[in-house]
Amino acid sequence: MLRTTALFAALAAMPAQAQELVVYTYDSFTADWGAGPQVEALFEAECGCDLTFVGTGDGAAMVARLQLEGAGTDADVVLGLDTNLIQAARETGLFAPAPTDLAVPALPIEWQDDTFVPFDWSYFAFVYETYALDTVPTSFEELAQSDISILIQDPRSSTPGLGLLMWIDALYGDDADQIWSDLADNIVTVTPGWSEAYGLFLEGEAEMVLSYTTSPAYHLIAEEDDGKATAAFEEGHYMQVEVAAALADSDQPDLAAQFLTFLTSAQLQSVLPTTQWMYPAYEAEVPTGFDTLQSPEIALLQSPEVAAERRDAALAIWQDALSQ
Amino acid sequence: MKVTGWVGIAAGLLILLSCAAAISALIGASGGAISVSGADFSAIRFTLLQAALSALGSLLIAVPLARALARRRFRGRDLLVTAMGAPFLLPVLVAVLGLLAIWGRNGVLSALMESVGAERLNIYGLTGVVLAHLFFNIPLVTRLLLQGWATIPPEHLRLGQQLGFGPVERFRLIEMPMLRTVLPGAGLLVFLLCISSFAIALTLGGGPRATTLELAIYQAIRFEFDLPRAGTLAMIQTGLCLIVAAVTMLIARPGEARAGMIHPDPFSPPEGRVLDGVVIASVAMFLSGPVLAVILRGAPALLELPYGVVEAAIRSILVALSSAILTVGVGMALSIGLVRMAELRPRLARVFEAAMLLVLVISPFVLATGWFILLRGHVDPFAIALPMVVTINALMALPFALRAFVPAVAMARRTDGRLADMLGLTGYTRLRHVLLPHMRGPAAFAAGLAAALSMGDLGVIALFGSTTTATLPLVMYQLMGAYRMEAAAGAALLLLLLSFGMFAVIDRLGKSHDPV
Repeated sequence: MLRTTALFAALAAMPAQAQELVVYTYDSFTADWGAGPQVEALFEAECGCDLTFVGTGDGAAMVARLQLEGAGTDADVVLGLDTNLIQAARETGLFAPAPTDLAVPALPIEWQDDTFVPFDWSYFAFVYETYALDTVPTSFEELAQSDISILIQDPRSSTPGLGLLMWIDALYGDDADQIWSDLADNIVTVTPGWSEAYGLFLEGEAEMVLSYTTSPAYHLIAEEDDGKATAAFEEGHYMQVEVAAALADSDQPDLAAQFLTFLTSAQLQSVLPTTQWMYPAYEAEVPTGFDTLQSPEIALLQSPEVAAERRDAALAIWQDALSQ
Repeated sequence: MKVTGWVGIAAGLLILLSCAAAISALIGASGGAISVSGADFSAIRFTLLQAALSALGSLLIAVPLARALARRRFRGRDLLVTAMGAPFLLPVLVAVLGLLAIWGRNGVLSALMESVGAERLNIYGLTGVVLAHLFFNIPLVTRLLLQGWATIPPEHLRLGQQLGFGPVERFRLIEMPMLRTVLPGAGLLVFLLCISSFAIALTLGGGPRATTLELAIYQAIRFEFDLPRAGTLAMIQTGLCLIVAAVTMLIARPGEARAGMIHPDPFSPPEGRVLDGVVIASVAMFLSGPVLAVILRGAPALLELPYGVVEAAIRSILVALSSAILTVGVGMALSIGLVRMAELRPRLARVFEAAMLLVLVISPFVLATGWFILLRGHVDPFAIALPMVVTINALMALPFALRAFVPAVAMARRTDGRLADMLGLTGYTRLRHVLLPHMRGPAAFAAGLAAALSMGDLGVIALFGSTTTATLPLVMYQLMGAYRMEAAAGAALLLLLLSFGMFAVIDRLGKSHDPV
């Protein structure tokens, strides 16, 4: 009898041990040098569960991936969408509300969203090697008129790519086609994701790459290389606020909620600056070196509703200008 | 054999039906109405432009090369001609990595250019896509042309020599008529192959300016989940392929590109020897450079491959073996069915065989998209990614298998079939003693081909692959994307070895001494 009870207890305990939380994210998050491995170790120590990150290309393609898989998706949490995608993601109806007792974010903007939880942020910017550029452009017009080669990402698959689309849209609106046509001859290639573009840039395939104002911190802190900088555009820099959300059809709703809460914790937030190379979205220590970064005077960001509304038109302009 | 024949015909019908179902699903998804945006037009334009340039370029380079090879004898010539069959089995991604190592901004040539003060090269976009297509198709066209040269009767050449033809007359009167019959077919074949090129455009295309239709289908599904648009694009793609295929069949009958010795022209004229040498040497360098680069870059990384690569390699081997078995099984049953049908209803059999060849024209991507739309909501597309890869690769190898099997089955029936009839052999015994001895060689060849093609395929798996189903080409693509070039080069070399290794081993099985 005792033995049977023990057996049953063991059986009952087994699924609990095998509890797995599947988080879809973008590729660079799961890379060895990315935040993934540290986040995984920290959360697994806290939850006693198995956290699995699945890299699905870059962030913007994640919404399509979820729609492809439908309600049967393995994903419990999606990490790495941004404000430009929130509306499209919300409209899929695949997401569940976030826990209501989360800390209040410390973002440069006011934040209110019951589903999407911000975890880090930064400004988009063009990164360059200081020794390689004599004159650094201070606006899109100057960049477009120059013969500086740049790498950008596809706005349909990549959140920085979409960010650039929205950045130019926010500045130029319906005149964006002119800027994009002028930029077309600067663009070496359009990559599907941020990793590809940044990798090509580091290999010397172009003089500038679309990334973040915080990217030079990686080279400064991790590589002790102060030779990377970002071009400050006087007209302002578009912001990215990265978010995560739980899926409504998750078979691990409690773990998913726990993970979202964990994302906002001071413990995790203090890891992000030196793994994600972004600013923390909640009160947390920022390492020395971040103070040397460019801090844009004008911050731009369209609301999720406006971004969703503008996206298709802006994308059509982009496609037309770049396919000429 | 009777039963096998019926099974074969049923399998053939099933294939045709599932293709038709895929197409009708696409028509359904596109809403029947074809609305084409500006970006779609530029995808169509780019698809046609790059295919036309690739076809023209292949012909322009292959003609002097084939001419040089046809009239010169030198050590290693047969090896070179045989090696020109290799690109057919070479995984596209391996070639892309090799081409980047030579022609990329950080490649060997760029370094040379920079050392003489010139700009580094940028091959992303049209240049890179055409370059990669030339790499794959120059050898193909050269082999087709060499067969053309082999059809020129030696008497013509002898007569030409007796009449004192110079190189101009020789070309105009003897070689030109042959080229006129072979070139259009060869050019259209290359054009057709380049229209449905996915992996090359995915890796070397550069944004909206260099997007092929197949790439646009991929983007519509993976980036935007816009099924109507994917449907529309797939219809356009299929229409385009069908038109080109129909024109190809009407205009010319391209010969088969088969391995083997094509004997050099016995009347090797002394003039132009240097030029021929330069042509042969430079094309040989163009073709071997990228492969050598992959071997050199990959060899150091081969011993410390990441675990994910090894895992993917095992998965790829299983995929390749499954699709080889499927190709041979279905192909054999279908050939028996076709041969029997040809005895009873010759015209119907011809129509049926032509319909099976059409499968080759429908791009694997279009099929996968159509099936995905059909199956959506019933199964998880990511869960059936591998079976889908196996099936579609087997289908793509099937026309080649049929080409090898049908004559072999017909031969078996003509020769040993009568004896077997007299002996009253039926069923398995008959299959084993009458048919299989004839099939061993062709079956091994087809299996090897199917295995190698599936091994290197980056098409369907890019559409529906995920971490748990990633094949070796997909992992390699991801490594390239993450710019882990060392590991990518190691994976490339492994992929290269596995593709050719599998083909060689399986093909050899068919050649071993047969005790039966």
